[in-house]
Amino acid sequence: MDLDSVNAIADPRTTSWQDGDAWLGGGSWLFSEPQPEVRRLLDLQSFGWPPLTGTPDGLRVAATCTIAQLAAFDAPRDWLAAPLFAQCAHVLLGSFKVHTVASVGGNICLSLPAGPMISLGAALDGHCEIQRRDGAIDEVPVLDLVIGPGRNSLLPGDLLRALILGHDALRRRTAFRQISLSPVGRSAALVIARADADSVVITVTAATPRPVRAVLSAGDPVEVLLEQVDASAGSYHDDVHGDPRWRRAMTHRLVREVVAELAAA
Amino acid sequence: MRVNGVEIGARPAPGQCLRTFVREQGWFGVKKGCDAGDCGACTVHVDGHAVHSCIYPAVRAIGRDVTTIEALAGSPTTEAFLAAQGFQCGFCTPGMIMTTAALDEQQRADLPRALKGNICRCTGYGAIADALAGVCSLDTGTSTETGDQVRRSAAAPAALGVVTGRAAFTLDIEVPGLLHMALLRSPHAHARVRGIDRAAAIRVPGVVAVFTHEDAPDTTFSTARHEDPDDDPYDSVVLDDVVRFAGQRVAAVVADSLAAARAGCAALVVDYEVLPAVFDPDDAMAPGAPQLHTGRAGIADASRNIVAEVHSAHGDIDAGFAAADEVYEGSFTSQRVQHVALETHATVGWMHDERLVLRTSTQVPFLTRDAVARVFGLPRERVRVVAARVGGGFGGKQEMFTEDVVALAVLALGRPVQLEFTREEQFVATSTRHPMRITVRLGATRDGRLTAMQLRSLSDAGAYGNHSVGVLFHSCGEAVELYRCPNKQIDGRVVYTNTVPAGAFRGYGLSQSAFAVESAMDELARRLAMDPTELRRRNVVHPGDELRPVSGDAHDVEIRSYGLPQCLDAVADRLADGADLPADLDPAEWRTGRGMAVSMLNTAPPGGHYANVRIAQRADGGFRLMVGSAEFGNGSATVQRQLAAATLGVAVEDIELVGSDTDLVEHDTGTYGSTGSVVAGMAALRAAENLRSLMVAGSTGGGLLEADGRSDGRPRSVAFTVQGFCIAVRPATGEVRILRSVQAVDAGTVLNPMQCRGQVEGGVAQAIGAALYEHVDIDGSGRVTTRALREYHVPVFGDVPRTEVVFAETADPLGPMGAKPMSEAPFNPVAPALANAVRDATGVRVTELPMARDRLFFTLGGTT
Repeated sequence: MDLDSVNAIADPRTTSWQDGDAWLGGGSWLFSEPQPEVRRLLDLQSFGWPPLTGTPDGLRVAATCTIAQLAAFDAPRDWLAAPLFAQCAHVLLGSFKVHTVASVGGNICLSLPAGPMISLGAALDGHCEIQRRDGAIDEVPVLDLVIGPGRNSLLPGDLLRALILGHDALRRRTAFRQISLSPVGRSAALVIARADADSVVITVTAATPRPVRAVLSAGDPVEVLLEQVDASAGSYHDDVHGDPRWRRAMTHRLVREVVAELAAA
Repeated sequence: MRVNGVEIGARPAPGQCLRTFVREQGWFGVKKGCDAGDCGACTVHVDGHAVHSCIYPAVRAIGRDVTTIEALAGSPTTEAFLAAQGFQCGFCTPGMIMTTAALDEQQRADLPRALKGNICRCTGYGAIADALAGVCSLDTGTSTETGDQVRRSAAAPAALGVVTGRAAFTLDIEVPGLLHMALLRSPHAHARVRGIDRAAAIRVPGVVAVFTHEDAPDTTFSTARHEDPDDDPYDSVVLDDVVRFAGQRVAAVVADSLAAARAGCAALVVDYEVLPAVFDPDDAMAPGAPQLHTGRAGIADASRNIVAEVHSAHGDIDAGFAAADEVYEGSFTSQRVQHVALETHATVGWMHDERLVLRTSTQVPFLTRDAVARVFGLPRERVRVVAARVGGGFGGKQEMFTEDVVALAVLALGRPVQLEFTREEQFVATSTRHPMRITVRLGATRDGRLTAMQLRSLSDAGAYGNHSVGVLFHSCGEAVELYRCPNKQIDGRVVYTNTVPAGAFRGYGLSQSAFAVESAMDELARRLAMDPTELRRRNVVHPGDELRPVSGDAHDVEIRSYGLPQCLDAVADRLADGADLPADLDPAEWRTGRGMAVSMLNTAPPGGHYANVRIAQRADGGFRLMVGSAEFGNGSATVQRQLAAATLGVAVEDIELVGSDTDLVEHDTGTYGSTGSVVAGMAALRAAENLRSLMVAGSTGGGLLEADGRSDGRPRSVAFTVQGFCIAVRPATGEVRILRSVQAVDAGTVLNPMQCRGQVEGGVAQAIGAALYEHVDIDGSGRVTTRALREYHVPVFGDVPRTEVVFAETADPLGPMGAKPMSEAPFNPVAPALANAVRDATGVRVTELPMARDRLFFTLGGTT
């Protein structure tokens, strides 16, 4: 929809953040709701960041990388976790016509429980490279960045520049499960398991107000894991995309499934 | 930027989306369904990639090639949609075609995912799947023998325009000097407007005028439109000094841009005296409850907020239950659902030769003209209402939600004014299906003869009466009249609350009562250890039976054709065949079941439904068919043209159809109550017959001949639908998978099999949405919290199974060439058939809709 209050679009390389600014990634969320507070758009495409860059440590995903670009990434063979790229892209509520414009960074910064790039980043111990308003660069784990439904630890003017994924996690086997209220609907519970050397690392998103992490040590029963998930979650997310009690039940079910899948392989 | 190869000199505004920019350049094929990236109606290609243009920053397209539907004319995709007639109203079609054209082979192999960003509310996706599969559904051929033009799948008259994006919907025209209107809406569920300070709003650059209750006439009316305006309570005014639901309009701002009009609204300062509010119909009837309406006509008991009530009895209900061997009682709740016609309510109005002209998205142009004339004290001749192609209705556009306030501004300013609702306004401020709680008590003998039927219903009107009276009576009608039973009692009430109004919705109350009665019949059958279809066979009405109406007055409905036994058999046979559990479903987790339900529908609304049609010879040898009814995907224009062609012995292409303009014919009640094909179609048939008589008589005198035809929708017959489902249910998650869907329909002579099948498929899909997914929610302060399509799951391609449609072989002596209506009837039996299948699979009776996964999980005993 038209953003009536926006009267300028600017290059963030040549101007500094001011009140009333909004970062423009793909625009697919920004233009989908009224934004009466926004006066100016700072166009992140001005940076010209390469979308995906292999680094000695792993993969650097530019905030402006589109979800489609990430899903289509031709990963090295030993990145056993790479199927997650497409799995997480496919569960985005938006269609393929959104995937080609919506950015990975935008999905993370929106910080919705069902944001699948949050699921991906959190499950792979990803870090967010943040440029603070004063120019300082910080790295914040995705798990810590998102603090509630639509809420994150970024301050006005902070800029997410990239999602950093490390080799260690990318080389692990993973299992993925998701459920929603309709066959191709918004995620109500999304569970990813990662097989580390002597533990299974579980990341729950969509069902909980913020990403939840739990670790199953070798030999422990899965019930221990479920208790950890419940304890970390505090509560389950309550909105039109699923009753919280159902989300809890589905989370438990999906956690059992991913653990079983990794154990079976 | 180039659009369809044309270099564009204009530059978009910084916050502008590509959709509005491209439309400003005159490419009206790009539609607004949601303006939020959810529905796909605005899909265009940017450098060959499909995007939702409503969420695509227009500045991003600078230097790029933008392609819209208009440029795809003649392409294989467009031709495929034409051959399959892969549309009904056609509003989603440009986006559907643009999306389809962009799919690669991999995406075509997974259509549920590829098309999840495209909503079609009409077709149920069957005809769209056909288009994608390259199926031609049209009967081609050039025979012009009388009769060959019916029982034939002819194309819709507007087909080419629809698939090329050139069919003009309400706002798809350029109006020089156009002003835009925005409405300020109440944040309170109940409040008195003590004052409105408009000074700051007037100072907003571009604002031309502000209208409040001080500027509006105090003539009361109902937004509901019926042939007889006295059917509905006179409880509304154009702008009121009391607001009765959160979202009600308080003031209108007119400006030279939509942005300025919205800014003007934001600058208005309203002094509200907040009043006590009530949100539950039981509470609203209690002593001491806030009284919503005083001193307005047509309300049954304003002191208790009762809009209307019905108390009707035949026989002796107590004796009936006493004679029963088995009694079942259950309470069934149906929720608020929204029509989600893809074209939102919209009106553009202007003055022409001292006349007010309103071009509007309506099912009822003539009744809207009459209402506008009455409210503003104008002679009828001074008002002209025109509906262009209308982007879906489903009952929601049998209302006057935009025309009156646009008329107010146009009459005051003498300049053209446009009002287009946002998708959010559709949810918070138009109408919904009536939420109803219906308690059914049935008694039967051991051999399955009904001895007593009792219904007690309570429905929530919301803040205004709209269609509440008619919906209440209709909900108590055919669902009960369907069964022979000597003892019947009905007690129903519909009650005001401070919530968004309920209105006309496909089925007009019957979907709610069918859910209750057909669920109860199923349960009764199980208690009698009898096949549910057999219980129906033993109790359904037969030709010759008197259909006693709830009102107790004389009834003009008779069973003049009777395909119900064929329908029952057809569905029973297919359910008996069952359906295999797909390989991806684990039999240890999924339980299978079958369910069926029946619905009956009168062939026209009560009290007369009028259509006038004129047909004229053209100099080129063709004919011009002038009809009053509106085309919004119902396909009535197609059938009207076929009936005229068949009568005159010409090809359908020889008939030019123009419609839905109050200047064309004397009067037309409108397209509601499933009347477009049958009532207006009958008038078209009669006009053609009269013209043929004139032509045979040879009384030309050299000039071109004209003739009129008329129909009053009386007397009436009945149509039947029977729905069957084979399903699988996974109690561990609450998921329902439909394995087989069949609907057998008694539509009389099927004038256009392709189109009739599409009406059934679309009705089933919409009803699956209401049964499994959709609910409009209201919070503790009465506000609608459902504001976007992403918060209201309308079925998409992957949610809808292909329904097998079976036509009974009947012909009705009252209908045109034997036809009966089939547009509301397919909706009604779906929810109970699904619930009955869930009962069969799980042993659990669902009594509340929707059967969403998170609700069904707990209903089936799930624990956390």
